[in-house]
Amino acid sequence: MFDGYTTSELMSIFAMQGFAGLSLFSVFVLMALGLAIIFGQMGVINMAHGEFMILGAYTTYLTSGFFQAYLPSLFGGYFFIAMIMAFLICAALGAFVEWAMIRRLYKRPLDTLLATWGLSLILQQAYRSIFGPREVGVELPEWMMGAIQVTDMVELPINGLFVMIIALLIALGLYLLMYRSGWGKKVRAVVQNRPMAEAVGINSGAVDRMTFALGCGIAGIAGSAFTMIGSTGPSSGQAYIVDTFLVVVFGGAQSLIGTIVSAFAISQAQSTMEFFLSGSMAKVLTLLVVVGILMLRPEGLMALKIRR
Amino acid sequence: MKMHAQSTKAGATGRWGLGKLKLLAASMVLAATANAATPPTSAVNTTDLAVTDDTVTVGILHSITGTMSISEIGSVQAEKLAIKQINEAGGVLGRQIKYVQEDGASDWPTFAEKSRKLLRQDKVAAVFGCWTSASRKAVLPVFEQLNGMLYYPTFYEGLEQSPNVIYTGQEATQQILAAIDWAVKEKGAKSFYLLGSDYIWPRTSNKIARKHIEKLGLTVSGEEYYPLGHTQFNSVINKIKLKKPDVIFAIVVGGSNVAFYKQLQAAGIDPTKEKPMVLTISVTEDEIRGIGGENVEGIYASMKYFQSLDNPNNKAFVAAFKKEYGDDMVIGDVTQAAYLGPWLWKMAVEKAGSFDVDKIRAVSPGIEFKAAPEGYVRIHENHHLWSKGRIGLAMADGQYKLVHETEELMEPDPFPEGYQ
Repeated sequence: MFDGYTTSELMSIFAMQGFAGLSLFSVFVLMALGLAIIFGQMGVINMAHGEFMILGAYTTYLTSGFFQAYLPSLFGGYFFIAMIMAFLICAALGAFVEWAMIRRLYKRPLDTLLATWGLSLILQQAYRSIFGPREVGVELPEWMMGAIQVTDMVELPINGLFVMIIALLIALGLYLLMYRSGWGKKVRAVVQNRPMAEAVGINSGAVDRMTFALGCGIAGIAGSAFTMIGSTGPSSGQAYIVDTFLVVVFGGAQSLIGTIVSAFAISQAQSTMEFFLSGSMAKVLTLLVVVGILMLRPEGLMALKIRR
Repeated sequence: MKMHAQSTKAGATGRWGLGKLKLLAASMVLAATANAATPPTSAVNTTDLAVTDDTVTVGILHSITGTMSISEIGSVQAEKLAIKQINEAGGVLGRQIKYVQEDGASDWPTFAEKSRKLLRQDKVAAVFGCWTSASRKAVLPVFEQLNGMLYYPTFYEGLEQSPNVIYTGQEATQQILAAIDWAVKEKGAKSFYLLGSDYIWPRTSNKIARKHIEKLGLTVSGEEYYPLGHTQFNSVINKIKLKKPDVIFAIVVGGSNVAFYKQLQAAGIDPTKEKPMVLTISVTEDEIRGIGGENVEGIYASMKYFQSLDNPNNKAFVAAFKKEYGDDMVIGDVTQAAYLGPWLWKMAVEKAGSFDVDKIRAVSPGIEFKAAPEGYVRIHENHHLWSKGRIGLAMADGQYKLVHETEELMEPDPFPEGYQ
């Protein structure tokens, strides 16, 4: 397929293809981190993860409308406010859901699956009633559209770069929080041995609520960032949920590093194959490889070794 | 090529002045009063339908919940508007139309179940409904078994012709041949990149497109499908950049559209520069609302209707629609096609002098609707509509500007020979 192209053309295409892979990687990381925290640290399978993301997207939509109407001069920077709002609102809803529903179901993982699935349906229909069934268009500030011209042929999409930076910052922040802060130590203690952690005076209920809220808040930021690349509608969240679970399960449920490694592996595999094969075929092959590896390593790529 | 010469009547409709329209309106009122001598129910209803001395009941069957509700709500609104207007003009055979609305809930078995309910329990005289091909396929056996009549509004892939369905949207060849012929003739296109969501409509449509392009001796530089809901198009955009086609022929649907057009922009492919040109058959004004006008500015769409069409019929239709549902409404191709359904049914009933489905079927071919917002349509023997193909250019405000219209009506050809 490369006949008749000059070397420089091919180099540029490969450069852009590499960027496409990295940009898919950061999308996967953003999608999966929130879920990985909740799934990995608490063992709760949050089927409403996609809906939390869409809540973040709708928050962005409302914020952009607010800025257009009242603060048009600051419109260029609204996106940062929107992301903070998305985090706060999703985290608040997450904390509420944990308090009202999840904490009553900790010993019954299958029931949380059903309950959060029900929650996702409720949220979807709520969005439909509030915002209407049609997708909404989120307007972006001028500077976020378009591409940076690197050479004649190489152009890097700005929104891709932006998602990449956000993913990086959140991953870094999460690492500091989990491995360098007192609160992170508590979370890890609860994961490894709940009764022992309680015995040394950690309020495991409060830790759970914070963890769940944090996971939902990150989902909100992800949803906010995805208004740049995807659609915002009542059921748009469904489009993300499968990929998200794929990344988390493949990476090993209890390891954040695993999630990142698996996001990298899957995104690179997929975007490379998409280039050489067709889109649907690439997806099929990716799924096959993942299934194959999970058969050999049921715990995922990076399983945490803990005493059961 | 499937464009055939059209009778002289059709040629005249495009040039209808306002005066003639008023005349038509006046004659419609006259007709309504003439019909005031309502024929007795026993004469017009021999098959036990829900027809009384002063009412007739029809069904509306669309998804108003679930993912498809985004698309289908426009159709529901158009059908209700048509029914309201027909009632205001005196109804059908002196009877006011009542409707029973059911929700297909974006779930195909539910469509089948609800259509059975409408036909068997409510005994509706006709059903206006369905949107996706999957839902139509699900209800088809029910309509054929219980002998109902369905008016189906969506442009679709063809390869179907049921005695129990009237297809008021375009079938694939009408959209595709018009699009490609125009791109070749007007824009000098030599190579096409075919792209679509991965299900029956885009695949069948691209198959027709490929055959046609190859028949013209031109190149298909790529053909690709992505799963529904796919949001990452960077790889294919890179491939497109490498192959440098003249035209990207895109049949992407649903939420993927937003991702596709935003990423196209972000990758530096600006449709307004037409290098390459983007041509679609899947983005109506309705979809643009979700994608954002600024993201699709400059793309071309091949449909039979655009909200901006400049003719008196359409102006009246758009005004009535906005009056009924609010000024911020947009009207896409399918919404207009849905609006045709009740009118075509009314004309068939009046021509047959009966509500019986068999009689309606017998008289339907040849029925012409001169007040159609798109201009003029006529029902073909194969239950699809003769209509013109049109190309629109997307503007930043979310509307299309008409740039081309076929001179003749295009013949519907659901089983195109040499294209399968």
